[in-house]
Amino acid sequence: MKRVSAVKVLQETSFYGAVAFFFVLAAFPFYWMLITSFKANADLYSVTHVPFWFNDPPTLEHFRYLFEKTLFATWLLNSLIIGLCVTAITLVTALPAAYSLARMTGRNGEALGIGIFLTYLVPPTLLFLPLSRVVAELGLQNSMWSLVVVYPTFTIPFCTWLMMGFFKAMPPEIEEAAIVDGCSLFGAFVKMAIPLSLPGILTVVIFTFTLTLQEFVYALTFVSSTAEKPITLGVATDLIRGDIFFWGEIMAGALIASIPVAIAYNLFLDRFIAGITGGAVK
Amino acid sequence: MVTIGESVVRPASRLRFILDRRDVLGSFLVAPAILYVLLLVGVPFLMALYYSVSAYTIYDPSWSFVGLDNFEDIIDDPVFRQTLYNTFIFTFGSQILGLILGKFGALVLLRRFPGRGFVRAMIILPWAVPIALATVAWQWMFDSLYSVINWTLIALDIVDRSEAPNWLGTPSLAMLSVIVVNAWRFFPFAIVIFLAGITAVPQDVLDAATVDGAGFWRRNYQIIVPMILPIVAIGLVFGIVFTFTDLSIVFLMTMGGPVGATSVLGFQGFQTGIVSGDVSHGAAISLFMVPVLLVVVVAMLRFIRRREI
Repeated sequence: MKRVSAVKVLQETSFYGAVAFFFVLAAFPFYWMLITSFKANADLYSVTHVPFWFNDPPTLEHFRYLFEKTLFATWLLNSLIIGLCVTAITLVTALPAAYSLARMTGRNGEALGIGIFLTYLVPPTLLFLPLSRVVAELGLQNSMWSLVVVYPTFTIPFCTWLMMGFFKAMPPEIEEAAIVDGCSLFGAFVKMAIPLSLPGILTVVIFTFTLTLQEFVYALTFVSSTAEKPITLGVATDLIRGDIFFWGEIMAGALIASIPVAIAYNLFLDRFIAGITGGAVK
Repeated sequence: MVTIGESVVRPASRLRFILDRRDVLGSFLVAPAILYVLLLVGVPFLMALYYSVSAYTIYDPSWSFVGLDNFEDIIDDPVFRQTLYNTFIFTFGSQILGLILGKFGALVLLRRFPGRGFVRAMIILPWAVPIALATVAWQWMFDSLYSVINWTLIALDIVDRSEAPNWLGTPSLAMLSVIVVNAWRFFPFAIVIFLAGITAVPQDVLDAATVDGAGFWRRNYQIIVPMILPIVAIGLVFGIVFTFTDLSIVFLMTMGGPVGATSVLGFQGFQTGIVSGDVSHGAAISLFMVPVLLVVVVAMLRFIRRREI
């Protein structure tokens, strides 16, 4: 009896040890962001202070500097504008495409859907050279609007695939009933399918927005003037003066930009997984 | 009166008639998305192919055809061969590490325990947060002077301050660092994929196997693993594609250094094609990603098809 409980204790301990390991592994860099962004510089740049907690009182100095002395607020606004425009373009193109591929084009639609999805896998580092030429031809070099044009190249495939999954999971009988009642095919899509798939559409909106926030390579390639940068690029590349990194400011900026994405991902993760796997099976 | 009435109604009704044909409306609805993708992915891809066999630079936009010269140039370049080798090490190192962490993480999260929701929310973070921002946090953790990792190692008396590792300044350690950061970024995704697969295995299949005498390992490796293989394969395809073509981690953490030890294809393509303006060689370097992408994509298509049967 005693031996059994000893084994059990050992099992429990190692289980919670594993939980703690994964927790710390995933979360520590963010804890490090958090604590760095509130630490005074003298506390930050010291090799003797215990780095895990405040040795001097916490300060808002880095956040103040970020908003008053840098273009951080502009970057935030740029990212918001880019995100909204790209989301609009994506919805207008991907929703009808997904509906068509799920309901109207039969067997070909399936193949076409996989084809569109595969373009999501074509990497930015393969396309950035020709696309920078395209951007220049459009007169958009060094402007955040270049990103509005380019980002839908990966959000459209991704969201078409995601929405295909949602549309397929919806019973077609509702639209068929509407058509029998005199609704046109297009009307059935607009008046029945879209309202019924609002949860899916919301998921697509959230993920389009986060995809634009996460993107780095195209932004780095096409935008070099500070005032036009989106937040991810601005924080990662523009808070360095010469060789000096402003770690407090960088971490404060990274923290602010990370929080909305982290929340959105956690709220919509299950729907996201359902969408991806729903697109893969029928 | 009659003629006017007819001429207004007829085009509308014909349009309506055409749009009520499933295949016609279907093509109308799908066309904008396909056009967008063709124009801004398909055409640029062809342009990249042409760049790689031309003498195009931003100083000399002549587009003259030079055959395979660019490819010969870069293959002769030892820096490029080092880059190609690095890319494979970077990709497979981080994918293997990420998969191992993902599998064990999924096993941990499968069990119910108090606070599981919160732990899961935190574990998702590395995958959710923009990688460029997480990378600068890691860069700060690997700082040559104020590294929190080194501080801990010194405090635990594992290393001496005078010989504390310079994570991003030593070739092998720099490669290890970028691999760890990339595996860290992907392991939550692997966990999510494993969890989605495992929870999709029907319980009655497992029960039946248990009744037939299959133990934990047998259930694990003869039922669960084969059943979740397709979805894990798709996850792995994502991981390989996005790692093999990655630029941001190396760009932000090491700039390909020290002395090219962490230079990868995406990074060198960027340096050559964008920074130095040698577009044709840059395109040729980037195109070395294509064979790997093709293999991976074909593998994925086969998995999807097998799944449908």
